[in-house]
Amino acid sequence: MRHKVAGYKLGRNTAHRRSLLRNLVTSVIVEERIETTIPKAKAAKPIVEKMITLGKRGDLAARRLAGAYLMTDEALVKLFDTVGPRFGDRNGGYTRIIRTGWNKGDGADKAFLELLGSEKVLDEKREKRAENRAKKNAEARKAMEDAEAQAQHDGGIEPVKEESEDKK
Amino acid sequence: MPNPKRRHSQKRTSTRRAHDALKSHSLSECPNCHEKKMPHRACVKCGYYKGREVVEVKEAS
Ligand SMILES: [Zn+2]
Repeated sequence: MRHKVAGYKLGRNTAHRRSLLRNLVTSVIVEERIETTIPKAKAAKPIVEKMITLGKRGDLAARRLAGAYLMTDEALVKLFDTVGPRFGDRNGGYTRIIRTGWNKGDGADKAFLELLGSEKVLDEKREKRAENRAKKNAEARKAMEDAEAQAQHDGGIEPVKEESEDKK
Repeated sequence: MPNPKRRHSQKRTSTRRAHDALKSHSLSECPNCHEKKMPHRACVKCGYYKGREVVEVKEAS
C-alpha cells in the first residue's frame, strides 16, 4: 500500500513548508533560475507551472489568486507581463530541472530549477554583468594611473619610496 | 536471555560479507569535453548538459 507517501514534506511543518515553497516559486519567476536540492525543486515545480497557467489566463481573478501566493509584487507583475505571454503556445512543461552537483557539507544533490527560455535571459544578464565589470575595471585602472601620475608630478621620489616599503 | 551456543568463525563472517561490496556508478562520456560524467547530470568538469553550458565552471588557476 502506498498510503500517506504522496507529496514532499521536506522535514518541515505545514507553515514552514508553505513559506519555503512560496519563496522558491517567487524566486524562480523573478530570477528565471534557482539552485536548490532536488526534492525542493521537485516540490516547487508543479506550483510554478500552476502560477504560469494563471499568468496565461491573465484576468483579474487569476491575478488575485497568484497575488495571494507570490511573495512580491515584482514577481506578480513579471508573471503576468512577461512570463505568461512567453508560454502562450505551450501546454504545460514550462520548467526544467537540471541536476548539477552536490553540497560540500552534507552531500545533498543539487539541481537548477529554471523556466524554459531562461538561457536567453540569463545570457543577457551575464553579458551585462561582464560589461559592467569591464567598465568598472577600466575606470579603476584609469583612476590608479591618474593618481600615480599625480604622485610623480608632486615629487618624483615618493612613489618609489612607497613601493620599497610595501616589499618589506 | 538467548546467547550464542557456538563460536562464530571468521570465515563465516567473511562469507556472509562476500556479497556486501559496493558497486561503482556507471558513468557516461561528456560529449563536450570527453571526461567521464554522471548520466543525467551536468558535467562537473565543463558544466555542459544537452549541448549548452549550464553552469559556469571556474578555471583552475
Ligand atoms: Zn564535460
